[in-house]
Amino acid sequence: MNRSAHRQRIERFSFAAHELPLFPVNRIDSPLPKRDALTLPPPFLRWFADKGWRPRAHQLELLSRAEAGESTLLIAPTGAGKTLAGFLPSLVDLTRRGRIPPGSVFVGIHTLYISPLKALAVDIERNLMKPVGEMGLPVRIENRTGDTPQGKRQRQKSNPPDILLTTPEQLALLLADGEAGRFFKDLRYLVLDELHSLVTSKRGHLLSLGLARLRRLAPRLQSIGLSATVAEPMELQRWLVAQPPDGDNHAGLITVSGGAKPEISILRSDKHVPWAGHSARYAIADVYEAIKAHGTTLLFVNTRSQAEMLFQELWTINDDHLPIALHHGSLDVAQRRKVEAAMAENRLRAVVATSTLDLGIDWGDVDLVVHVGAPKGASRLAQRIGRSNHRMDEPSRALLVPANRFEVMECQAALDANYIGAQDTPPIGRGALDVLAQHVLGRACASPFDAVELHEEITSALPYRDLAWETFERVVDLVATGGYALRTYERYARIRKTKEGLWRVSNPMVAQQYRLNVGTIVESPMLSVRLVKRNARGSLGRGGISLGKVEEYFLEMLSPGDTFLFSGKVLRFEGIRENECLVSQAFSFDPKVPSYAGGKFPLSTYLAMQVRKMLADPARRAPLPDQVRDWLALQQDVSMLPPEDQLLIETFPRGSRHYMVIYAFEGRLAHQTLGMLITRRLDRAGLKPLGFVATDYSLAVWALDDLGAAFRAGAPPLGDLLDEDMLGDDLEAWLNESFLLKRTFRNCAVIAGLIDQRHPGKEKTGRQITVSADLIYDVLRMHEPDHILLEATRNDAATGLLDIDRLGSMLKRIKGHVAHRRLDRISPLAIPVMLEIGRESVHGEAQDFLLTEAADELISEAMGLTEE
Amino acid sequence: MHRLVHATSAPAGSALFQARTTIHGVAAICDALGGLYLPESRTLVVSDLHLEKGSAFARRGMMLPPYDTIATLSILEAVIARHQPATVISLGDNFHDRTGSAAMPENFRQMICSMAQGREWIWINGNHDPDGAQGLPGASMDEIRHAGLVFRHEPARLDGVGEIAGHLHPSATVRRRERSVRRPCFATDGKRLLMPAFGVTTGGLDLRHRAMNGLFDRQHLVAHMMGRDRIYSVRFANLLG
Repeated sequence: MNRSAHRQRIERFSFAAHELPLFPVNRIDSPLPKRDALTLPPPFLRWFADKGWRPRAHQLELLSRAEAGESTLLIAPTGAGKTLAGFLPSLVDLTRRGRIPPGSVFVGIHTLYISPLKALAVDIERNLMKPVGEMGLPVRIENRTGDTPQGKRQRQKSNPPDILLTTPEQLALLLADGEAGRFFKDLRYLVLDELHSLVTSKRGHLLSLGLARLRRLAPRLQSIGLSATVAEPMELQRWLVAQPPDGDNHAGLITVSGGAKPEISILRSDKHVPWAGHSARYAIADVYEAIKAHGTTLLFVNTRSQAEMLFQELWTINDDHLPIALHHGSLDVAQRRKVEAAMAENRLRAVVATSTLDLGIDWGDVDLVVHVGAPKGASRLAQRIGRSNHRMDEPSRALLVPANRFEVMECQAALDANYIGAQDTPPIGRGALDVLAQHVLGRACASPFDAVELHEEITSALPYRDLAWETFERVVDLVATGGYALRTYERYARIRKTKEGLWRVSNPMVAQQYRLNVGTIVESPMLSVRLVKRNARGSLGRGGISLGKVEEYFLEMLSPGDTFLFSGKVLRFEGIRENECLVSQAFSFDPKVPSYAGGKFPLSTYLAMQVRKMLADPARRAPLPDQVRDWLALQQDVSMLPPEDQLLIETFPRGSRHYMVIYAFEGRLAHQTLGMLITRRLDRAGLKPLGFVATDYSLAVWALDDLGAAFRAGAPPLGDLLDEDMLGDDLEAWLNESFLLKRTFRNCAVIAGLIDQRHPGKEKTGRQITVSADLIYDVLRMHEPDHILLEATRNDAATGLLDIDRLGSMLKRIKGHVAHRRLDRISPLAIPVMLEIGRESVHGEAQDFLLTEAADELISEAMGLTEE
Repeated sequence: MHRLVHATSAPAGSALFQARTTIHGVAAICDALGGLYLPESRTLVVSDLHLEKGSAFARRGMMLPPYDTIATLSILEAVIARHQPATVISLGDNFHDRTGSAAMPENFRQMICSMAQGREWIWINGNHDPDGAQGLPGASMDEIRHAGLVFRHEPARLDGVGEIAGHLHPSATVRRRERSVRRPCFATDGKRLLMPAFGVTTGGLDLRHRAMNGLFDRQHLVAHMMGRDRIYSVRFANLLG
């Protein structure tokens, strides 16, 4: 039973604790809630008494609601004992039930715990085993991840533990198993950790479908969501429970407030803050001093290349030989585990990390969090700062290190946001169709299904509640035969309708294929990096340690002998052998190809708004450092600062070109899209645009003709140039030739099971017969532009890579509110984006340009070859 | 799908559209649509059509779009129309698997019949389709000597002089300004020539891959790369800039 739709109880608790056990609990001297003695079985009471602790109010509240049959969302800051709260209902229920005597009939798992990270599942197991062991509870806890050995997985199916800790992908696999019904029939609780980060992506969509399935298999199932503070708790509350066909349903909410306010400061350096770039090199010495002044420091950066760079720079000046380590997603698992272990044992003074450490892994004592580069989102900043000091009553300490002048403002905005407590978690979004296709196939792998019933089940999941029957039918068709208008593949169908009207898989191979490809995280092909030595004869030795993985596209840019930064070392690229990238130590401090960029986050809408406000409001600029304020004051003299309710556009000549800079503050992705569309329009207007470059804050476009004069003369008027209608035909026309859609399509095609993940290394024959998603995309677009996967691709692009939604709302907002400043030279505010020119990559048309250049360069040399 | 677009729209005979070369003394034209034309013998060579690849994958559970055959054949029609060859040699892996030619839908069969009308048509057997083409005009064979050259699917390891072969799907990567562009290519050192794969859903293998080792005299190796609407000829040594 779920919570009634008409009742929502919000209870707030705050508390203070002076000790931090693994599961923080109140000390005995705090007032005792009455029902606690009634609810907790004796082993729990004894354990608490022995420790001199007492359960916290929200832990007991969650327990009592769970026992009343409710699903609940618990929102609490780090260190509030969320994990124990989440498991308490299960542990109490299992203790009452007692151990299942050997020889009893099969009993399925009792509690399923899902976390976004494998490492978190492993960590929780360790933390949960301790109190369970001390209390002597009759509870078996195991984890199941991609690393779990085959034998153990089999045993888990035949003899399930009471509590299983796992990830969304593993849940999808378990649900696609023929024995899923038996395995999950006794499931009582589903605990979803870090729910705010689980729900937002395609992974969240897959998980929501899994949850809908679990509710069918285990009618008594209740869900418990654990989350950090979010802007819209109601979204998560609805996500947790089945949505009825008409109306809304939501889980209850318990909010724990409290915890000391973090002490956040922005690094003030005497050094010159750079105009552009992301390296923050200028601040290395200051950062090093901060590390020295604190016990343990976590340093967060936004991309892998930044992590590599910062790590190397720190070691360059590490005269005290402080133990400083590096941790990011591309490093080898063994290396990462080593760092994690050293960190847990407090053997390190600092760790440089990317988002791999964002979530709630227990890190022992962290005294300071340093964030290098702007945090790009206020929520992300809050999450990262939460890593410092897991004690709720002691303030977290954090230091923000902006890498350029715009980032100074961004940091200030994020800092304001954190004090205000505003959170900008991305919305859950409409359920993706490629994910649905994967789920439908998985469903068929488990057992034959009735389409009407499955549609009902799917629409009970929040992201899919508006899924039309017709769309669902098309997805089933996609799974069965590829969904093509030419019905040529009926005889090869993967799933077929039986005489009884149920859909079932055609043969066991289909299920096998599904199992190999489950998941929504599409990796671009990765090669492992192996450090080898040259032997005496100068040839490369075998063996050597594995340093991690890099994307294949990165290596394609390298020639043997090129040096690059990876795993904290400058490496020399030696070549590719099978699926490995061979490198040797470079003995150099100046890598030729510095960037190996991991993920990049665009600026969040919320922070963008804050930066805009700051520019418009002198009072909010007051806390900024002098050099930044001077810069802005100069801008005000020469041109103007972007007003809050207007879009500032500057035009000016420079060299032989004419520039236009648009200060839109909508993030790099939206700006890139805008750049593509505006250059098309300028081209049509005959102004000869040559190129554009986008940053998180602004967009610069350059042309041969005088743009400022043209706008002044109304040819074209700026209002027309920026009209919303550019999202119509221009967008369509551009999308049709854009490489971005191809990349998006590849992900959709892999997730939907149309093509397999590419396995690098199987190249001898494999590479030639592996199908290229680009080629399929071209063929499909030409012959069946309405195909459902192309629809899914366009949906993705609108919110993802192209950020069309965000661009659309900006264009609407600024309609009739454009301020044009025609200048005779570059303005101070334009400097950062102008410095980016030349760093941008080339795509599409420009690719052929490169080929021409390569060919032309060689014309004289190749003369005898091309013309005879 | 620019090849298909150009196959149906581009003006014939544009100078850049093709590159001239000589293999073992025989003049040849590399056409940007992926065919090699030998003017003296009026022979058109294409390789690795991989027809019916979509259905071959579908049979194994991967529902690729069923449009690859029609797309490949349309380009073939265009390149035949441009050169009006007396002889067409398809250099093997004409079909993606053994059952491909027998199971091919009738309308595609018709297309091939009309293309073959009034010309000699040779199907060289490949590793994907070693049993020859079933129920189609033309002769199937493992290799043929013709017009002073030898045509086979897999390049011979020992003696490659005067050989036109396919199989490896050569592609080349040009790197300039830290960016790279990769395209299928005709690869020749003047002694032998490797054909790019003609089928629309075929991938490529880089010229630097070890499978290519020993096939060419790299000093004289040139990659005639297939651009959007022209051939770009780049020496092997200059590929990576």
